[in-house]
Amino acid sequence: MFLGLLVCFEIRQTLTEGFAKRTQRLPKSSDDNQENFWRIMDTSTLIATLALLIAAAYVMGRGRSMELADTSQGGFRNLNSLPFYYGMLTALWCGIPSLFLVGVWMTMDTSVIDMLLIKQLPEEVAAMPKSELGLVLNTIKNLAEGNMLGSAPEPYMAQAADSLKRLTQTSQMAMTVLAICLGMLLAVFSWFRISPEQKARLQVEGAFKAILLACSCLAILTTVGIVFSVIFESMRFFQSVPVSEFVFGLHWSPQMAIRADQVGGSGAFGAIPLFVGTLLISVIALIVAVPTGLMAAIYLSEYATAKVRSIVKPMLEVLAGIPTVVYGFFAALTVAPLIKDSGTSAIDFLNIQFEFLNIQMSISSESALAAGLVMGVMIIPFVSSLSDDVINAVPQSLRDGSLGLGSTQSETIKQVVIPAALPGIVGGVLLAASRAIGETMIVVMAAGLAANLTANPMESVTTVTVQIVTLLVGDQEFDSPKTLSAFALGLMLFIVTLALNYLALHVVRKYREQYD
Amino acid sequence: MEAIAENTAKVDNMIDTKKDVQNNSPESADLSNLETVGIPFSDNAKMSMRDVDVFYGDKQAIHGVGLDIGQNEVLAMIGPSGCGKSTFLRCLNRMNDTIDICKVTGSLQLEGQDIYDPKLDVVPLRARVGMVFQKPNPFPKSIYDNVAYGPRIHGLVSRRAELDEIVETSLQRAGLWNEVKDRLHAPGTGLSGGQQQRLCIARTIAVSPEVILMDEPCSALDPIATAKIEELIAELSENFTIAIVTHSMQQAARVSNRTAYFHLGKLVEVNETEKVFTNPDHSLTEAYITGRFG
Ligand SMILES: Nc1ncnc2c1ncn2[C@@H]1O[C@H](COP(=O)(O)OP(=O)(O)O)[C@@H](O)[C@H]1O
Ligand SMILES: [Mg+2]
Repeated sequence: MFLGLLVCFEIRQTLTEGFAKRTQRLPKSSDDNQENFWRIMDTSTLIATLALLIAAAYVMGRGRSMELADTSQGGFRNLNSLPFYYGMLTALWCGIPSLFLVGVWMTMDTSVIDMLLIKQLPEEVAAMPKSELGLVLNTIKNLAEGNMLGSAPEPYMAQAADSLKRLTQTSQMAMTVLAICLGMLLAVFSWFRISPEQKARLQVEGAFKAILLACSCLAILTTVGIVFSVIFESMRFFQSVPVSEFVFGLHWSPQMAIRADQVGGSGAFGAIPLFVGTLLISVIALIVAVPTGLMAAIYLSEYATAKVRSIVKPMLEVLAGIPTVVYGFFAALTVAPLIKDSGTSAIDFLNIQFEFLNIQMSISSESALAAGLVMGVMIIPFVSSLSDDVINAVPQSLRDGSLGLGSTQSETIKQVVIPAALPGIVGGVLLAASRAIGETMIVVMAAGLAANLTANPMESVTTVTVQIVTLLVGDQEFDSPKTLSAFALGLMLFIVTLALNYLALHVVRKYREQYD
Repeated sequence: MEAIAENTAKVDNMIDTKKDVQNNSPESADLSNLETVGIPFSDNAKMSMRDVDVFYGDKQAIHGVGLDIGQNEVLAMIGPSGCGKSTFLRCLNRMNDTIDICKVTGSLQLEGQDIYDPKLDVVPLRARVGMVFQKPNPFPKSIYDNVAYGPRIHGLVSRRAELDEIVETSLQRAGLWNEVKDRLHAPGTGLSGGQQQRLCIARTIAVSPEVILMDEPCSALDPIATAKIEELIAELSENFTIAIVTHSMQQAARVSNRTAYFHLGKLVEVNETEKVFTNPDHSLTEAYITGRFG
């Protein structure tokens, strides 16, 4: 129970930290970490104290209910609930509000302190634009932690740093005192309320239901939060680049002049080449994975003996456990050069044998083919393992029926088993496809970064996810269209994979209805 | 039909009276050198089996069974659960081949031809000896495609019209045509249980088998659907040889010419159905049909 609460709290705290950082919107410095370290240390002492309090509350509540119980006839007959529940109830009263207080406090205090700090600053500093003000605040924070930066700080900064230290300390102390007082107060309050008639069991069950609900809401809220932040940033992007240009544009080159005097492209944000690249690589991957995976599944479920199956199936599934980076360098260092060499020599051979052909084609060392092939290998287990499951779910009686009519095993598989399992197999393929679309690492390493609009698998292409990565790494102004376009790409990708997943789930569910 | 009704009445009568068995008690009967009593063999045998042993791994499920199934005869097989009826039936068209650990020895012949001959192809054998299963198992295809499945894989027809005709006659003989003729392209799995089982029978007779094996074809059906199937079996026996496993003694009495009683993997008694249910030769048979065990 305490453990559960603690875990809950840890999660909340991590989130809080995250939010705190986000709201600052400042480049992160390593000194931040140190500050956080101290904060967590203090907080963890507080949590430990609260945990002790909660344990004490439990023991007291339980003891109180046992005192009130009339045990003359043996047992706790006159109590509404078992003593355990009274203890629990007291502990919950003690723990939940105080932990909640700590959580809220920690979410709010950075921004409140910042606000107070800004008020103290000289007027001309406080009137600075937001980004510069952020820099000043950051300097002050560094100062407060004793990290001297190159030049001597201006006097108002040193002063502010002092008051920041004070403010932080006060806040921390206030939080500690308040949380502990609140916990004790409520524990005592609920301790006095304990009576044999109190419906402690119902209340505890209700509280647990609420806690469980809160945890699932947390997951949902996080998702919703991510989606909305992507949507809002995309909308900002679409203010500078029209939607139609983004969705239908054929040219992608997001390089923009950062300063007005810089030489640089004006930026072109046509996403078609990226989606075509993604499609090309995914199609190649599926061409590799679907037949291989499906046939492997058929072999495993219909032909293999139990012993072979017990060895081969786990080995196939290991493929899914290999980190994609490993696939990536396998693709870049082994497969791509192989394709380049064999492709080049094949063209040379053709040109020598049939001079009239005169093929002029160069094969790039980074090719969609290499990335697609390796990605195909990677997603084989998705197809094979899901197909194997659905093929196994086809009732034996159908196979018997077909064999009993005199069809061979392969006829039975082709005519009865596969058609019966088809919806499930399609579901598996769609899941594999959405995995392929979302895959980044292999493409970064093997297919390159050039946004070519081509259907030639020998050329280098790039995908949506790879572009998102390249757009966001490195120092960027946060609100330039270049950076914001990453969100628009993410949004489109999200829509596509969501649609695919929905389709897959729908198909799989339809299949389930058939046999249950 | 009258004879069947009369038989049923007698069986019911016997089950009611539960008359005592004078012979030594069946539970303690020594089965080690049991000889099949009655008339297991036939002058006009369609299939004839001699000294059949069946093993699942080390475990022997069938012990030295010798039995004939006569031309156009309906042979019922009865016996307590686990006595090997299904196992024996599945030997007759080599459906046991699908079970790796199953081994069959002895002589099993279809019109004098050894069906366990290693050189024999099971595909034509299973076309000649069809099977209907306990649970209706229509393919997840249309009604039409279910029936057309066998003719298609055996290449029995070359034109669509011929196929249409086979589908229609098979459904008619299975007594299903009138119920489904307007929805031939609806899924077969959408029919009721009894209709599904008749569809499976239509599917089996579409390849014009000579023998039809039925393993408890009515055990998953309600009484009305069961009555329809029983009627159908009586009609089919004009054209086909039928071996049917059943748990219902009334059913065996209603549809079969001869009845074989299996006990712990041995064939105890084979006799005219009427005799088995009125005056069995063996005490074990008598104990079973009077409900002493089952
Ligand atoms: N696939 C199998 N593997 C192993 N043993 C089996 C298998 N099928 C049946 N048996 C065994 O063979 C015996 C006869 O079974 P079965 O022919 O199904 O009996 P019945 O149909 O008369 O109820 C039983 O003891 C059963 O446990
Ligand atoms: Mg059986």
